[in-house]
Amino acid sequence: MTQQSEKVFQSDIVIAGAGITGVSLARELSRYDVSVIVLERAEDVAEGATKANSGIVHAGYDAKPGTAKAKYNVLGAAMFPALCAELSVPYRKCGALVVGFDDNDRQTLEDLLRRGVTNGVKNLRLLNREEALAAEPSLNPEIVCALDVPESAIVSPYELAYAMADDAALNGVRFHFDQEINSVSAAAGSGWQLATARGDVFRCRVFINCAGASGAALHNMISDQPLQMTHRRGQYYLLDRAPYQPFTRTVFQCPSAMGKGVLVSQSVHGNLLLGPNAEDIDDPLDTATTAEGLASVLARAQRTWPALSTRSNITNFSGVRAHLSTDDFQIGPVSGAPGAFEAIGIESPGLSSAPAVAVDLAASVASFLSLRKKGNLVPPRRPKKPFHDMTDEERAEAVQNDPAYGNIVCRCEVVTEAEIREAIRRPVGARSIDGVKRRTRAGMGRCQGGFCSPRVAQIIAEETGVCLQSVTKCGGDSLLLVDTVESFLKGGAGND
Amino acid sequence: MTDQHVDLLIIGAGPAGLAAAIAAREAGIESILVLEREKEPGGILRQCIHNGFGLHRFSEELTGPEYAKRDVDRVRELDIPVRCGTTVLSVSPDRVVTCVSPEFGFSRLSAGAVVLAMGCRERPRGALCTPGSRPAGIYSAGTAQRFVNLEGYMPGRRVVILGSGDIGLIMARRMTLQGAKVLACVEIMPYSSGLNRNIVQCLQDYGIPLYLSHTVTDIHGRERLTGVTVSRVDENRKPVPGAEICFDCDTLLLSCGLIPENELSQGAGVELSPLTSGPVVSETLETSVPGIFACGNVLHVHDLVDHVSAESFRAGRAAAAFVRASSPPAPVFTVKDGPGVRGTVPQKISARPSEDVSLMFRPADVYRNAAAVVECGGQEVLRKKAMIYTPGEMAVLTLKKEVFESLPDKVITVRMEGEKQHG
Repeated sequence: MTQQSEKVFQSDIVIAGAGITGVSLARELSRYDVSVIVLERAEDVAEGATKANSGIVHAGYDAKPGTAKAKYNVLGAAMFPALCAELSVPYRKCGALVVGFDDNDRQTLEDLLRRGVTNGVKNLRLLNREEALAAEPSLNPEIVCALDVPESAIVSPYELAYAMADDAALNGVRFHFDQEINSVSAAAGSGWQLATARGDVFRCRVFINCAGASGAALHNMISDQPLQMTHRRGQYYLLDRAPYQPFTRTVFQCPSAMGKGVLVSQSVHGNLLLGPNAEDIDDPLDTATTAEGLASVLARAQRTWPALSTRSNITNFSGVRAHLSTDDFQIGPVSGAPGAFEAIGIESPGLSSAPAVAVDLAASVASFLSLRKKGNLVPPRRPKKPFHDMTDEERAEAVQNDPAYGNIVCRCEVVTEAEIREAIRRPVGARSIDGVKRRTRAGMGRCQGGFCSPRVAQIIAEETGVCLQSVTKCGGDSLLLVDTVESFLKGGAGND
Repeated sequence: MTDQHVDLLIIGAGPAGLAAAIAAREAGIESILVLEREKEPGGILRQCIHNGFGLHRFSEELTGPEYAKRDVDRVRELDIPVRCGTTVLSVSPDRVVTCVSPEFGFSRLSAGAVVLAMGCRERPRGALCTPGSRPAGIYSAGTAQRFVNLEGYMPGRRVVILGSGDIGLIMARRMTLQGAKVLACVEIMPYSSGLNRNIVQCLQDYGIPLYLSHTVTDIHGRERLTGVTVSRVDENRKPVPGAEICFDCDTLLLSCGLIPENELSQGAGVELSPLTSGPVVSETLETSVPGIFACGNVLHVHDLVDHVSAESFRAGRAAAAFVRASSPPAPVFTVKDGPGVRGTVPQKISARPSEDVSLMFRPADVYRNAAAVVECGGQEVLRKKAMIYTPGEMAVLTLKKEVFESLPDKVITVRMEGEKQHG
């Protein structure tokens, strides 16, 4: 990494964190006449819990009535259909079943039903065994009952985050990546001063902490009410797309104190997702999978779906969610820190809640700073339909208009050169192999980039004006290549 | 509505597609089109710059590009058009093919016969469910081979290879010759899945240890790979606790098997075999869909390109016969895997094959002082003895076409006899 000279940046607002909560909020604030900077530790949007979760828009039956989780889940989930349509993000209301295997579970499901009704969830219904098996014939016949949740939906969480970041950027929000915040302190007079690991300084009138795993650390730098956060890792299997999937709905098992339990769910792209388990870990950046964790996910998913086989597994991953000891989201002004706001402890149902959290928090900040709404907004970008989903006629037209649509770079997911270039050029564009992968699905398929990654790397190098050796998998030191063959050989033993 | 009709459309200009094209033209088919997604014909041979190709077919040792050049030259001599930079998007059961290229745009072609020759792909880490972190520096061996041999870049300095498939073995030598340190080759099975000559010439000659009955059980490093944990496994392939070895490495190459590329075959409605993962075919290499043929690694994974070429010449001749409207003979015999045998191809044979029939399969274990036996109705049809049969080398048994005139039953079974190494 080249060390840049230290810089000072000034804005009205700094948001820490470009996860789903941070970008939702950035987008809401871009509706106001105010300058906003988003600081992100990683090299891209959505690199924390946002990229590695179940992708469920929960209906809201699980959270305890009266909590912030309950309130924002139900409000947020209701915003998804319009939001996803506006931003052209895949979303599908496929419904969910929560299945019970014994009388204890039946009790739990009855409690969830009551809770859901109190929280304002519509159309909940308890099914007996026969009804549940009729609805989802691949279910374990040992189930005794199920809670039917027609309002449950699936979404691509990182694609939503990218689209919101683009929309925010089009309306003036500036994103700074690879900027880890080392300190937050009150500036002389009023406002805040942030120092980053790179040595840059960001000054602002309002600081908003949406920092996910670092949420408590930043909170404790400025608040008179310290918080305790634990980090809870969940591991997953991702199975290949298939013409027929075992379930049309997301299937949950009964929730416990550690989370919503292992689910079996389709993704919006037709893959099957199994997971997560739940394990408390010390290092929030440790997203490794473990043999024990994967075995436990498999055993529990098999209880839902006895015919499960990992033959079509294409990858395993894990995500880490931030859990506050209060067991609830903490949203609003930071206690003892005027001009600082926060949305932290965002674990499930954080994705479902994000749009509603953003609206509320943006309103508080707007009132604090006496902001006015902008007269004119730049409309959201209208991305072209993925080549994968086009009809023959649409494909013919696309190639005719742009020959780069004729070059298939990822054969598993049928992604074209034109789409990869567009993923790099969009307002908050991809800069790495993983950034391209999550924006276009190139490398998401059954060969996991074996075929396309050299080609994608070449396009990234061309588009960003760097040499091939500087291209990374996911930023930082995740370099794909160490040297040219020629220069490496000259280095001889010095390379060892 | 289609843009063009050709008598024979071949998908893929690797060794399989080229051989099929040559055979069909030599059998008199004028209208042939070969579609290739790379910028040049030759397939995976283009990046296989080591030698050892062509011993059976040409009785000499060629490099991959040299082997490919012979077929490419012959295709040019025969004036068979190869459209490069073209990716096929779909094949329908009635042989309408859609494809796309930057140069020709989107096309819909109809064909009298189709030969599937798309080759295979490497199994990724996900197929193995290997736990650990997910840093940069983990490549399938073929991807690394492409980087080194075609693009001129080194993917790493210190390398561990998981799986002892041939590409992994070849890359162990290649990376060593290019100045990298290859620390180990790790194989979960008690035997290698690669050719014996590659174990000798690519590992032993360079002092690279081969750990049989071992596998990678953890992967370390957040951004770039920093190391792997290797564990011994028991007879059920489960890691034995307390028997871990840690390697400091920045690169892990996966050579854990190849799978036929099946998207187009599936889309065409072709029946697939769970054993080979490729199409079920008759001795003419015709799939379950009339007029659609398959050969080379898209049918079943070969270890010698010479076998690919031989198989693909047969496919080309059979496709030519289909185009000339000779209705294909109905399959009468079924070929079954007996004890010790996996994935015999072809799975079906007609009553009166027009050529001798080669049965190809992999033994399920290492067999010493062994024989491969073909039986029908309790009667031994063929016995081929060898000092050793291993899963890394495809066995080929050729049945004379006259044999089929007097077989006592409709089921033909292939089985192994001999001393099984691992039980």
